Amino acid sequence: MHTSAFASVADVQERLSAAGYLTDHAIATTVFLADRLGKPLLVEGPAGVGKTELAKAVAEATGAELIRLQCYEGLDEARALYEWNYKKQLLRIQASKDDDAWDAIHDDVFAEEFLLSRPLLTAIRRTEPTVLLIDETDKADVEVEGLLLEVLSDFQVTIPELGTISATRRPIVFLTSNATRELSEALKRRCLYLHLDYPAADREKAIVLSRVPEVGEQLAEQLVRTVRALRALELKKSPSIAESIDWAHTLVALGLDTLDEKAVGDTLGVVLKHASDHARATDQLKLN
Amino acid sequence: MAVEGGLLGREIAFFDALREAGVPVALSEVIDATRAMGVVDLLDREALRQAFAATAVKRPHHRPTFDRLFDLWWPAVTGEPTPVDAEGTPAEGDGDGEVDRDALRDALRELLLTGDEDAMRRFAREAVATLGRSDGAGGRQNWFSYRVLRGLSPETLVSSLLDALLAGQQRGGLAEKVARQTVQERIRQFQEMVEAEVRRRLAEDRGVEQISRTAVQPLSEQVDFLRASRDDMAELRRQVFPLARRLATRLTARRRLGRSGKLDFRRTVRASLGTGGVPLVTHHKPHKPHKPELTVLCDVSGSVAGFAHFTLMLSYALREQFTKVRAFAFIDTCDEVTRFFTPGGDVADALARMSAEADLVWFDGHSDYGHSIEEFAKRYPDAVGPRTSLLILGDARNNYRATGVPALKKLVAQARHAYWLNPEPAAYWGSGDSAVTQYGEVIEMVECRNAVQLEDFVQKLLPG
Repeated sequence: MHTSAFASVADVQERLSAAGYLTDHAIATTVFLADRLGKPLLVEGPAGVGKTELAKAVAEATGAELIRLQCYEGLDEARALYEWNYKKQLLRIQASKDDDAWDAIHDDVFAEEFLLSRPLLTAIRRTEPTVLLIDETDKADVEVEGLLLEVLSDFQVTIPELGTISATRRPIVFLTSNATRELSEALKRRCLYLHLDYPAADREKAIVLSRVPEVGEQLAEQLVRTVRALRALELKKSPSIAESIDWAHTLVALGLDTLDEKAVGDTLGVVLKHASDHARATDQLKLN
Repeated sequence: MAVEGGLLGREIAFFDALREAGVPVALSEVIDATRAMGVVDLLDREALRQAFAATAVKRPHHRPTFDRLFDLWWPAVTGEPTPVDAEGTPAEGDGDGEVDRDALRDALRELLLTGDEDAMRRFAREAVATLGRSDGAGGRQNWFSYRVLRGLSPETLVSSLLDALLAGQQRGGLAEKVARQTVQERIRQFQEMVEAEVRRRLAEDRGVEQISRTAVQPLSEQVDFLRASRDDMAELRRQVFPLARRLATRLTARRRLGRSGKLDFRRTVRASLGTGGVPLVTHHKPHKPHKPELTVLCDVSGSVAGFAHFTLMLSYALREQFTKVRAFAFIDTCDEVTRFFTPGGDVADALARMSAEADLVWFDGHSDYGHSIEEFAKRYPDAVGPRTSLLILGDARNNYRATGVPALKKLVAQARHAYWLNPEPAAYWGSGDSAVTQYGEVIEMVECRNAVQLEDFVQKLLPG
């Protein structure tokens, strides 16, 4: 029922980097385990460290299709799992002649044709390799977690009118969360857990270089060190990888080849998004 | 007690130690960890570490505890370090007991400059073996990290490292700041490696269970405000905004679950068009939450300043949950400090400015609750009204002065809610110069020793 997509941890690392995602040993091991044990992987961490990217890269590396369920406040079963297309059902009933037996219509109206499949059901029914990404799980309401528990522990869905649908091929499941609230213990227990944090200096430099090769070894090194110095300050929002990459793009676009006080001062807005953080960095890094 | 039962026994004992350190590990997670052990390469220690972490540690703040215990229970090496000199690490002393410190320091400088972690770890191992040992009583060996760190004193290398890293660039500017950050990070890394190695050596001597118990530091959210070190406080400050965000999300969720407002006629009719004019689903206007006004009156004298600062920061981070936040600080007299907290401004700066500029001392700079409360009631009669939640922060240690209970009683009667948050353990209340007993008669006194208790309280304070 479950076939493994990766042969070894090294294989994960290699194929993900071929897909443009540079992992470290911890990330690769966890992805490998999620695949081997057939368990969902909960990825938590600050915004912009590449949680969603990881799922995308795994989909690309395994040649699977990515099915994404974006969570938001008020997300419900009808949007996450399945829904009956009642307008079409209504049409079908109105179109039928008066002498049609009710039983016939009833069976007809609750057929596959009138079922609107939403991401969770779609992922379960697919026979080809699939990566299911449940994005920003913490934004959804607590009830959705109950639904996820049911779907993710057995990989089956019961539709009263149609019966139980089980996965023919288990998708690799990623859940991401910004930790705006604690997810329930029950959900966490069923998942493997990976905390993605700001990367080590070497890895961050490699990421910046792979995304913005024009930036050059020297400048990338400077940039990464400066970003790390910024992270050491007490800021409201520390710059993440996404911001480092943006910064590299900016420096390249401006044609700057060294990161001195003036360059940092001019482009600080790319990495720091709060006025107070800006003021603090300017003051503490002695930019003026 | 020896650990029995081979690999599995060791694994289970390790998870027991984790539980004892306060990391909750469920049985199903142990089973997952065991399955995970079966699929990773057991010779790859980091893979094993990650396998255990992924299956059993589901909160980032438990990770340091986990790592520490993992290093103890699954050490990378046992016994004496084998001097690996392929990279030419000149770690061996010349002769017995005579250690060539300068050579060691030069080697360390080189390592800190390159930042090669593996080499640094190897070096830490050897440094502990040569410098950290002292023979204790009864043929036992003691290992001390301070001996190693004092012997090598990596801090004194900073300036020469900076010179090398800056490579001729000017000092004093951004470049130095950045280089300094890099150097300090690496030195801290090295110190941690030395400490980990010392724990490993001790564990070999004393048994891993005993060392496990002392190796674990309390989680920052459970650190007592009154005992928090500077690092603890910095860590707590870092957590203010995530904490505020978590609280706010939980509150909105609670509000939404509560009753919804009046029928939204227009949206209901509009939606009914889709179902042939039959209003299958009714729509409601959102319920407007009641937002209280918050007035915080806090003791910022030395003993409780950390607590007051943290709580002030949290109330400002939660600003949107209140219609108005006003803050007053006192030591022996009271001043309004709201002006220092501008929207979008930096709260840490605000706190620094508050201590420097606000007028808080009237007589001798020792806490005087009585005078401060009376002064507050007299000078700011508009601060506490029928919609105000009044929070008083302090340990109520009044230096045996007049308590001003009547004034406080009047304030409490004016306010909608009034609470006193006390960072002292409830067991000490009323002892010595603590005036908790007197104040407790007119206002509800709440024990608030750590971030967890504060979080619980704020959740109770804000209406759903």
